[in-house]
Amino acid sequence: MLILAIDTSAVASAALISDVAMEGVVDSFSTEDTRSHAEVLAPGIEKLLAGAGVTGADIDVIVTGVGPGPFTGLRSGIATARTLAFVWNKPLYGLMSLDAIALEVAESTAAVSEFLVATDARRKEVYWARYVLEEGQLPQLIDGPHVGFASDLPDLPVFGAGAGLYADVLRADEDFAETQPDAASLGQVALARLTAGQELLDSTPLYLRESDAQVPGPRKRAL
Amino acid sequence: MSGPYPEQPKQPLVLGIESSCDETGVGIVRGTTLLTNTVSSSMDEHVRFGGVIPEIASRAHLDAFVPTLQEALHEAGVTLEDVDAIAVTSGPGLAGALMVGVCAAKALAVATGKPLYAINHLVAHVGVGLLDSKPDAGAAAGQLPQNLGALLVSGGHTEILRIRSITDDVELLGSTIDDAAGEAYDKVARILGLGYPGGPAIDKLARQGNPKSIRFPRGLTQPKYMGTAEEKGPHRYDWSFSGLKTAVARCVEQFEARGEEAPVADIAAAFQEAVVDVISSKAVLACKEHGITDVLLGGGVAANSRLRELTGQRCVSAGIKLHVPPLDLCTDNGAMVAALGAQLIMAGIGPSGIAFAPDSSMPVTTVSVAA
Ligand SMILES: [Zn+2]
Repeated sequence: MLILAIDTSAVASAALISDVAMEGVVDSFSTEDTRSHAEVLAPGIEKLLAGAGVTGADIDVIVTGVGPGPFTGLRSGIATARTLAFVWNKPLYGLMSLDAIALEVAESTAAVSEFLVATDARRKEVYWARYVLEEGQLPQLIDGPHVGFASDLPDLPVFGAGAGLYADVLRADEDFAETQPDAASLGQVALARLTAGQELLDSTPLYLRESDAQVPGPRKRAL
Repeated sequence: MSGPYPEQPKQPLVLGIESSCDETGVGIVRGTTLLTNTVSSSMDEHVRFGGVIPEIASRAHLDAFVPTLQEALHEAGVTLEDVDAIAVTSGPGLAGALMVGVCAAKALAVATGKPLYAINHLVAHVGVGLLDSKPDAGAAAGQLPQNLGALLVSGGHTEILRIRSITDDVELLGSTIDDAAGEAYDKVARILGLGYPGGPAIDKLARQGNPKSIRFPRGLTQPKYMGTAEEKGPHRYDWSFSGLKTAVARCVEQFEARGEEAPVADIAAAFQEAVVDVISSKAVLACKEHGITDVLLGGGVAANSRLRELTGQRCVSAGIKLHVPPLDLCTDNGAMVAALGAQLIMAGIGPSGIAFAPDSSMPVTTVSVAA
């Protein structure tokens, strides 16, 4: 099975995941910054395909991170994934983006049986979710994703760039202080779940916040 | 995918994508022939806010894009395989909204291997004048008049352009320095309790009012802004509508302070007259002083009956021919993007590649982004 995975919930990233490749990853790329998705994503995917010598026809499944993440960046990846899936006529699934970091935690020496993952939600808030981990299993999401202040999170070790930003008020893991959701990890989660016959999400974005629009109140009358 | 476009089909099949404001548009043209113009609007979702909310528009674009694309292909009876090139609005417009169309267009280019043109939205409005089988949309099929101007009036923009060549020589003569005219209509409609969108509501009510009963200011018309034909002032062809909106609010308050019911129809008529008067007079002045003999009206406010009437009259007196495309081509749509894309291809201009960034303030001098 060949999976094209895309995530733009924080940085822009894409990966080709295959059950025949070592550790599942054929190739991947990700940006450093969180604001250039529209420029870099399509060229990155084009290079990724060319580098691996595959075309759309070779891809079996497309998966996309559905957030949570800053809206404009998040939509870049989902718009890209939906369009590719339409043109190539391939199945498209969504994954909660924080699952990518959770998998990296599970595969690291820092793994603990219960932990949080957090990313930057801007406006002094974080996106976060709570996971439990059992030996030999994928991390299991038990609460979230939510958006809120770092100081209001449950008292557990926190992994991810959202923890690094607020290390003063939560139990941030230093090694993961800059870790962002990455398509390579997300694609591995997808491969594992699909192989195990588990259901994935659809590509509906997890905005978690309403648009900021305010319904205007009635105009104040003079007098 | 970059570099000069090798073959130039005589009548290229171009798919155009528009997402700069609240309309998700996909249009398909073959050369100068319109095959389909499919639009999905999120206007209804903005009604309760009294204006376009960028985040709501962006969310709607994401969900509307693939269905709109699918419908457009179906209506035109073509497949993506048949398409020679893709064109997309890359600016100016709402940043988050542009992003959705641009990302989708790039993905389309990657998935199909077709060349992609990143196109200026304002110049694309002029592109509809090139589509044939639409009487009065422009001059002869596929050709724009020689000394062409374009007056674009919508909720997002108010501009007067000079078009020497639609593919590479467009100049901004004047524009609004604050609100777009359509935005002023929306804000005033809210003050008058007329709902959203404001344009049609005010236009309708204004017919029952006396435009001369109240005099509202015409922005940027004082001599220090206008100057003379020889020594032009800093805003000779520019507009400003924020003062007008404030004047309307003040006027309503004064009636209320006196315990009187505000004469809503008269205010609507007087407001509309102020907007239309200053738009048409400055546009015609810009045309006269730049030797423009044909002017194309574009943007959603082109639907306004009084704007068409007064601009038409003033153009006639100035010896200028006014072209008004069908309304569904005046409002934002993908067909205009496709039409301009086809012109670029026929002029031998190369595609933009897939590494460009959308530009919410793209200048009209950039007709398409160079690779
Ligand atoms: Zn427009």
